[in-house]
Amino acid sequence: MTDIVPEPAAPEKSTPAPRAVSPFARFWSEFRESTVAVVALVVVVVLCLLALFAPLIAPQDPYDLSRLSLMDARRPPGFVGTGGYTHLLGTDPQGRDLLSAIMYGLRVSIQIGLAAGGVALAFGAGLGILAAYLGGRIETLIMRIVDLQLSFPAILLALVLVALLGQGKAQLIGALVAAQYAYFARTAYGAATAERRKDYIEAALATPLSGRRVVLRHLLPNCMPPLIVVATVQIANSISLEATLSFLGLGLPVTEPSLGMLISNGFPYMMSGRYWISVYPGVALIVLIVAINLVGDRIRDQFNPRLRR
Amino acid sequence: MTEVLRVEGLKTHFHTRAGVVKAVDGVSFSLEEGEILGLVGESGSGKTVTGFSLLGLVDPPGRIVEGSIRLKGQELVGADDRTLRARRGRDISMIFQDPIATLNPMLTIGQQMRLVQEAHGRITHRAADARSAELLSRVGISSSSARLRAYPHEFSGGMRQRVAIAIALLHSPAVIVADEPTTALDVSIQAQILAEMKTLVAETGTAMIWISHDLAVVSSLASRLLVMYAGRVVERGPTAAVLRQPKHPYTEGLIASLPSSASPGAPLRQIPGTTPSLLALPPGCPFAPRCARADAACAIRPDLSEIGTQTVACHHPGPSHTRVPA
Amino acid sequence: MLGFVIQRFLQAVVVMAAMSVIVFVGVYAIGNPVDIVIPPDATQDIREDAIRRLGLDRPLWEQYWIFATNALQGDFGRSFVYNIPVLELIGSRLPATLELVLISVVSATVLGVTLGIYAGYRPDSRISKTIMALSVLGFSVPSFWVGLILILTFAVSLGWLPAGGRGETVELLGIRWSFLTLDGLAHIALPAVNLALFKLAMMIRLARAGTREIMLTDTIKFARAAGLSEATILRRHLLKMISIPIVTVFGLELGSTLAFAVVTETIFSWPGVGKLIIDSISVLDRPVMVAYLILTAALFVTINFTVDLVFALIDPRIRARRTA
Repeated sequence: MTDIVPEPAAPEKSTPAPRAVSPFARFWSEFRESTVAVVALVVVVVLCLLALFAPLIAPQDPYDLSRLSLMDARRPPGFVGTGGYTHLLGTDPQGRDLLSAIMYGLRVSIQIGLAAGGVALAFGAGLGILAAYLGGRIETLIMRIVDLQLSFPAILLALVLVALLGQGKAQLIGALVAAQYAYFARTAYGAATAERRKDYIEAALATPLSGRRVVLRHLLPNCMPPLIVVATVQIANSISLEATLSFLGLGLPVTEPSLGMLISNGFPYMMSGRYWISVYPGVALIVLIVAINLVGDRIRDQFNPRLRR
Repeated sequence: MTEVLRVEGLKTHFHTRAGVVKAVDGVSFSLEEGEILGLVGESGSGKTVTGFSLLGLVDPPGRIVEGSIRLKGQELVGADDRTLRARRGRDISMIFQDPIATLNPMLTIGQQMRLVQEAHGRITHRAADARSAELLSRVGISSSSARLRAYPHEFSGGMRQRVAIAIALLHSPAVIVADEPTTALDVSIQAQILAEMKTLVAETGTAMIWISHDLAVVSSLASRLLVMYAGRVVERGPTAAVLRQPKHPYTEGLIASLPSSASPGAPLRQIPGTTPSLLALPPGCPFAPRCARADAACAIRPDLSEIGTQTVACHHPGPSHTRVPA
Repeated sequence: MLGFVIQRFLQAVVVMAAMSVIVFVGVYAIGNPVDIVIPPDATQDIREDAIRRLGLDRPLWEQYWIFATNALQGDFGRSFVYNIPVLELIGSRLPATLELVLISVVSATVLGVTLGIYAGYRPDSRISKTIMALSVLGFSVPSFWVGLILILTFAVSLGWLPAGGRGETVELLGIRWSFLTLDGLAHIALPAVNLALFKLAMMIRLARAGTREIMLTDTIKFARAAGLSEATILRRHLLKMISIPIVTVFGLELGSTLAFAVVTETIFSWPGVGKLIIDSISVLDRPVMVAYLILTAALFVTINFTVDLVFALIDPRIRARRTA
């Protein structure tokens, strides 16, 4: 099977000489080919902006208890409340405007997702590259622990840690990091060992370059593509995991309701037909997670050399 | 001698997003019973696609767009899947380069040979196993009935390729397409298998198309050569004649780059440049950019013309006047 | 083969020992269990008595030693809340969880592998694209949300199926099962679908990726060149080659589904181990938490061990390497 089809995008397509394009520009022009991915990206950006500017655009500050009225509690979408404006998505059991609550909830969820994903990325990737770079017994030890943890479901780990550490943002992020860093470690380790075996790293290590330089200049950049893919997926996972924990009543304190908690608050009212209290925050959550995953899927396909056309 | 295969004007094109890749672009040849035809060319010259076209196994987006393949007098181009499948394995079969990849690691040799026999009619296990054992011993695998219960990983690379050959021979097909079957093997084992193939072909009357990029291997085996370049046949003729007096500059380059034709100590000759992308072929002779004989005439694509026993597609055929530069 | 089994077994023992230390230190060293077993207004004497009774005045390693020796004899202590032996408590809840998990994973695997092979075999067909789009959804949408929607649709709006509980059970081999009665089946339907959906997405992706890869190999080309029909190629070659990753994942998924059942059981008030652990966490019933975690760890170790063995049994290459 040496010569089935000559690579269509053969680099030897010499004339006309290709203009120098930055890797990012090339990546973007490839990314743009998938309409689904572009739409998903737009959705992610819009949701992030909504969350970021929630205090400016939300009809109501859902944390300001003095503004809430029980008269407005559990009203269906379209209800004009005591505040004098229409509750487009209805109100929750405390009389909060659901649309505002969702924007603030998005804020919390995205914050947690980014923080947990970021810390897990830094810690996990660092650990993985360290293991690959140092080798020997430390490598074995680190990777044994990582593999052991990977065989254990993340949700259970997060559940137990949250139960032990107590409620709070920092604790929750800590639990999510502990539950997810192993994926980054595995990925970084895989990419780094594959890279380390290549001759040029051996050559770089043989020169008087410092070890740190080798890691920073050679190992790390080559681990980036798979790490970016894992990071997108894990941010989505963090958000989903946080929502699940909050739904189970083990996530954030009630003072800062994330999307998961909004859904959980509405759950008891579902049976009596007041679906909107759970459903709208849920829709926001799903749209966010699915959109992030779709973007991640596209990036993965682009980085996968085997699917490259 | 009876003709078993006649290929005329075969064109297999791949319709990709980047454009039409003319992997095989007008290939013609014929094959007689018990004959070995050597199909030579660099990677990307279309020789493997030619092989797959003969079996009707070109993967999409590839498609035979033109031409005719007559196997034992019957047309294969345009035949439906059922007909093609019924002929594969029975009238024409194929062996591949990497024997490790071709056999299913999860099935015993016996099971795999049984499947191939069951594909063309009902047969009892006992009869199938007897036939399998017979063919294994024919390709030089002794105590073969015991070996039927073995898994592929229990064989060495050379043995695995023998098993693959035995499978290809199960229905005594008229033609076997062998796609670089010895490239992945050690040189000593390669020589053994080459010798055995010669005997097998002589004994069974099966004709063979031996695809290779290695002119040395092919010329020790084939009675006739077919040299392909960029999807087209550039030279065709009896092995001895082509080797002694190559008419096409590309063939000449291939022969000159053989280690055996170099004088000791002298640097090996090589053909300058690389195979052109089939998406962006020059309008004239595709070899012109790499050819020392190229001139204005080469802006027009040369047709095949006969010179003695050979056929060549070149405006300046014959023994070269200017040596191919090293 | 025996050497391989022994080596794997020893590895499993070491992992279990390490897990038990981590869980014990994690759960017991944080917080003070005394506060839960005695009333807040208890005198200092009662308090100290309780501390002695629980062995909390001893050094940590000694506490662990006592705990470990007891645990090895099957004694994980008594639940603070139910005041019955923890093992008995978990044992009474286990069948419900097992039943739910097995039904979910088996149906997800059978359906997922079928759909996945189809999607991998005809990657460009419209049906395949639909299957894959749905699997992205199944992957991304949090399981608790799917549960909510299932309840909203089938229990609240349509009123076809019950929203929670186990329904009528029948005793078989001394254990009560739901799936043997019509009412029980109605009760298990929604939670089982909920739990299966996520696994289904996973199995589809796995089977599709495997199929795509295998269909491009020379093994399949060679089989085609020998004239095998596509049906035979799929049945005899593909299914056999794809079985290795499927079996591995099936085993691992069995474990992770047991853990994931936590969410499903809570939503559908399914009285299994998952609901028990959530309830125990919220009231800090430590013996139950410790026992659950250690048993779950043991389960995972056992599953990994079994998967390795099955793996060795179905893959002739590994079988050969181990015996050699």
